[in-house]
Amino acid sequence: MAVVGGLSAGGADAVIDAPPSLRATFARLQIGRRLVLGVPYVWLTLFFLVPLVIVFGISFSTPKIAMPPIEPLLSYGADKVLQLRLYLSNYTFIADDSLYLAAFANSVKVALVSTLLALLLGYPMAYGIARASHNWRNVLFLLVVLPFFTSFLLRVYAWIGLLSRNGPVNAVLLKLGLIHEPLVMLQTDFAVYIGMVYSYLPFMVLPLYSAIEKLDPSLLEAAADLGCRPTKAFFRVTLPLTSEGILAGCLLVFIPSVGEYVIPAVLGGPGTLMIGRVLWEEFFNNRDWPLASGVAVLLLLLLVGFIVLLQRVQSRETAGD
Amino acid sequence: MTRKLSPFVLTMMVFGFAFLYVPILLMVVYSFNASRLVTVWDAAHSPTLKWYGELLSNGEVLDAARLSFRIAAVNATGATILGTLAAFCLVRFGKFRGRNLFVGLTTAPMVLPEVITGLSMLLLFVAMEKLFGWPAGRGATTITIAHMTFSMAYVTVVVQARLSTFDRSLEEAALDLGARPGKVFFLITLPIIAPSVISGWLLAFILSWDDLVITSFVSGPGSTTLPQLIFSKVRLGVSPDINALATLLVLTVTIAVIGVGLALQRRERRLILEAQAAREGTA
Repeated sequence: MAVVGGLSAGGADAVIDAPPSLRATFARLQIGRRLVLGVPYVWLTLFFLVPLVIVFGISFSTPKIAMPPIEPLLSYGADKVLQLRLYLSNYTFIADDSLYLAAFANSVKVALVSTLLALLLGYPMAYGIARASHNWRNVLFLLVVLPFFTSFLLRVYAWIGLLSRNGPVNAVLLKLGLIHEPLVMLQTDFAVYIGMVYSYLPFMVLPLYSAIEKLDPSLLEAAADLGCRPTKAFFRVTLPLTSEGILAGCLLVFIPSVGEYVIPAVLGGPGTLMIGRVLWEEFFNNRDWPLASGVAVLLLLLLVGFIVLLQRVQSRETAGD
Repeated sequence: MTRKLSPFVLTMMVFGFAFLYVPILLMVVYSFNASRLVTVWDAAHSPTLKWYGELLSNGEVLDAARLSFRIAAVNATGATILGTLAAFCLVRFGKFRGRNLFVGLTTAPMVLPEVITGLSMLLLFVAMEKLFGWPAGRGATTITIAHMTFSMAYVTVVVQARLSTFDRSLEEAALDLGARPGKVFFLITLPIIAPSVISGWLLAFILSWDDLVITSFVSGPGSTTLPQLIFSKVRLGVSPDINALATLLVLTVTIAVIGVGLALQRRERRLILEAQAAREGTA
């Protein structure tokens, strides 16, 4: 009641001296507006954009035994000359050593295979959830989201026990008589794939679910009425109409997988080369900050290139339609 | 209107949900296992609460948990304020100069690999310390700043979704009646978008509470968060008290998420009822 009174009193003021009050309100709005926009803008520029520029800069530096272990790019020389020295050594080093190329190639491979596996498992799941009854749908949806809220690290850790030599997976397979001696699964690429699909499956299911839910079921009924078999209808109607959800899901799984560090470090073996892990080791183990920055710049370029490529393909497809 | 699902879809769903939940359930079960060998069930002495006792008397774990909780709470509050402001700008300010850059800045932190975010933030903090003498060293402050930067992007998405389906007539009515924009925001806009703001806060909290990679880059000696502690234990091999810790975390998070979900649902229902009552009252 008090609120309404206050508001109408203000309204009366505004009506009496409209021109100055309007101008004042406008001025206030502009200042308020600048503040509202300015705070997040400045924050993101300072703590997100500037750091990326610094990484780019330091990738042209060279390590030095000091704290921070970086040779400054700008130096004030003896002849009162301000010198800017850019070392290309990090990039030539990465290009010459086949380890880095192999790590990049393997990251892309692991990410692509994990994305494909997540799609193959996630699509039927999303389809089932979207077509379930209303009550079931809410429960199943919550069940997909819930693992995302529980510790990522602990969920990856759970697989160490599961996949170990005398763990439950081997025990079940032995009991079923499918194998005669325990399989070595930990510290292999197989374990990394499992970890990736397991961790990022919710990211695949959510966009697929919202795409499939939007699909009009009468389209499938029409296809059936016209004599189209369910499998064919799926590939001719459902799949193309949910392609945007598929693309979104694949991106959401692929992008974090490429730069992933934790999963290959916990479940992979010493031979599981992935670029996120290489960056980590250059930084923490070798203390080569400039080289780590060079790897970061190349990883970033790889991802940007990939996203641009996808957008091209997508826009060509929509143009083709 | 339940349509029959094909056996294939049903099988994949059962398999998929089993895949998601069996590992978590096994951690819970094994947390009561007396054997130090995590995967061997010691039937004679199990179930036992021994690992819970060990965990709760471990000062290191408790300190790390306390630090993580503090960072996550401060981060969530800061990220929610920043993210709500950003969402407000994106939905309400129409076209402004630098909008494209702003859109990029609010979405990019979500897709940037964590190793790059971590490395770049560390290099910034080192450069800032050299130039301005702040932040002196690295610890809880630098971790919080780094977490706020990436988690505010998630808050922005959540709040933005709610704001863009928002009926503006209430706000316009208040403005027409002479209320100041700030007052309108706190008395009308905020209560309506509150569920998304709360979800955003929760999301930001969890993201920070869970983060290992970015934290490792920007933390200093003496500031070990819970994920960092877990990671160092995991690298040494499986240890049964981690199962107990996992069980406690899963339980807490499940209760919190379901609790907040139910509370928000109840609030929504009450608001609808109130709106109905008000409409009937005026009619």
